[in-house]
Formats: sequence, structure tokens, C-alpha cells
Amino acid sequence: MYDTGKVLIGILIFILVFTSPMLINLSGGKASVKANPVLPKSGKCIESKEYMKGYHMEMLDTWRNLVVRQDVRFLKKADGTFFMLNGVKAEMSLTKTCMSCHDNKAKFCDECHNYLEVKPYCWDCHIDPAIAKKGVKK
Amino acid sequence: MSIDRRQFLLITAGVAAAGLAGKQTLSVFAENQARKSDGFAGKRWAMLIDLKKCHENEGCTKCIDACHLTHNVPHFGNKKDEIKWIWKEKFEHAFVEQENYFVPEQVKQKPVLLFCNHCSNPPCVSVCPTQATWKRKDGIVMMDWHRCVGCRYCMAACPYGSRSFNWREPRTHIKQLNPDFPTRTKGVVEKCTFCDERLARGLKPACVESCPVKAMVFGDLENPNSEIRKMLGETFTMRRKPELGTQPEIYYII
Repeated sequence: MYDTGKVLIGILIFILVFTSPMLINLSGGKASVKANPVLPKSGKCIESKEYMKGYHMEMLDTWRNLVVRQDVRFLKKADGTFFMLNGVKAEMSLTKTCMSCHDNKAKFCDECHNYLEVKPYCWDCHIDPAIAKKGVKK
Repeated sequence: MSIDRRQFLLITAGVAAAGLAGKQTLSVFAENQARKSDGFAGKRWAMLIDLKKCHENEGCTKCIDACHLTHNVPHFGNKKDEIKWIWKEKFEHAFVEQENYFVPEQVKQKPVLLFCNHCSNPPCVSVCPTQATWKRKDGIVMMDWHRCVGCRYCMAACPYGSRSFNWREPRTHIKQLNPDFPTRTKGVVEKCTFCDERLARGLKPACVESCPVKAMVFGDLENPNSEIRKMLGETFTMRRKPELGTQPEIYYII
């Protein structure tokens, strides 16, 4: 084989680069990025964390159809009573109900959506509370 | 006993008809279940505009401002891109079928407030290919902006020009954002929805509430004791283009 030394060094560099994420992880560093949504400090969500992780998009879809198409507006518990939010009946609303607690879109919603490279178009129309507060045009 | 061809066909058709009828009945019940508003429960919403009162405050735009603020209606500053929920129009344009050559000056000169007429027989609804617009049981011609594909058939069908198309991105042209109501996107048709979101919370439409001279009356036509029914019984009113058979639900005192 010609240039055995150079080829071997090349192969070694290739292996090092290729396995670098594993090596960094082994040496105690962090090679991977993890989605880390910031949860509100207090309060209890209307559903369990696991349910929300898997099905919040389906829940929002159901809400949307109920509110817009059937005029069923308010959120009910399993026993038929209404959910209350700050003393009034909670609406089935992303911005009015969900985001009254999860008020930081960038640190809550976007965190996972960016990680998974999904681009929900909710905010094409519905208004991020942060934008509304600032009154700044998009 | 064997059945012949004729009997077989009769039985099949009978079963199919019964099945269809049953399904229809069930779906009607299901809809009734679904339609339970927690706010105002009206059967046939309508509005009466007293233009005499309206003209007391010349140049007043309070109802338009309230509506546009509540619903994040954009202002592009030109007629071509204009988004209309409530707007003003000349009498001869609003009531085109009035052919009288001589009309009182104050009627001729003063603008008429126009809205979506929430017709009982809405042509926009029958042409919508995606059911993004439909007639609610309480009379509101509702819109689902999630579902609108922007084909503009409804705009072509509406004889009142009550529908507007978002040719441009609307959000950048809204003076003040109301976070409680969504904006629309480019490529979507929009119009007045009789403030369905306010009715659900037991509030009257924003325009009605904001009028300083109470020129607008909103109410249920099916209720014989409602204010609007009483007023319609007392005063002669007009509707726009009644000859088209769309049965508008916006009444005017000229």
C-alpha cells in the first residue's frame, strides 16, 4: 500500500470525527440537544402531562370544531361541571385558557416544536400573548 | 317461498329508505345536542338600524371602530384591499332597487351603515365548497376561517358585497391587536359574524354596545316580546335587495 502512514492517520481522524458525539457523551459532556419546555411554576393543568405531550394537538382540534362549528364554548370536567379560570368559566381557547398559564410561547410551545421541526400554523392567526402585550406588529 | 326480481328490488329499496331516514333523524338529534349555547340563546338573530338616529351624529364611526378593534380588522388604506365588517355607503348604492328620482336630501346625502345581512337564505353558504361558511340554527351566517380555502365563490354569490378577501397579510396592518380574537391570514375571506363570540358570553354585538345614540337594536325575531319585534311592528322598515329572495336579517328605518 502506498502512503500507509498517511492513510492510517486519515482513517483515525475519520473515526474520531464520526464517533465524536459518543466520545463527548462518554467524557461527561453533552452532545445532544434536548427540548426543554419551561412549565409554569404553579397550577394544575386540565389534563395529565403524558396526555398533553401526546395529544394536545388533537385536543385543540376538537376544541376548535366545538367552538367554531357548534358554539360549545366552555370547558367541562368529566363530571359535567365547568372548569373555572380566575373566577370565570374557562373557554376552550388556546390563547385565553392554555396560554393564561403557559404564557411564554417561545419557551413552552416553540421549544418542542422547533426540536421536532413541526410548524403548527396556530399563530398565523391566534395571537401570542407576548406580541399582544408589547403591541408590536409582527 | 322464493322471491322474484320485483320483490327483491322492492325490499332492498325499502330497507335502504328506512336506513337513510333513520340516519337523518339521528343526525338531527345529534346536532340539537351539540347546539347548546351558554350565552344568549336566540332563535333568529336580527338587527334593526335606525338611520335617522344614526345621522344625528354626523361622521360618527364608533360602531365601526369598536367592531374593527374587537375583531382585529386590518386597514390597508385603499379600496381595493379594504376589509369590510361594517362600512358606510351612499343611499343609492345601498338601496339600488329604489328608483325614485326625487329622494329627500337628508336621505340622499347621508351614508347607510352596511353589514353582513345574515340572510335566511344565504347564497354564500350554498356555493361554499368546503362548508367554511354555514347557516347556524340561530340565524348567524358563520365562518370557519380554519377551513376557508380562499376560492371567493362566496364573494361572487353575495349580492351585498359583505365579504372581503385578504389579498395581503392582514396582521401588519392592524393598528391595535386584540389578543382575545384571532387575526386572519392572507388568502382567507372574512365578514361580520354578528359577534358570535360575544353572544356566547352573554354580550351584545360590539357595534350595538358602542353606539352612543342607540341607533342599532339587536334581538331575536322569534320572540314576539323582543324589542326588535316590537319596533318592526311599529315602524315601517326596509331591507336591502329584498327582490332577490335572500331574506336579509338587517332592517333599516330610513
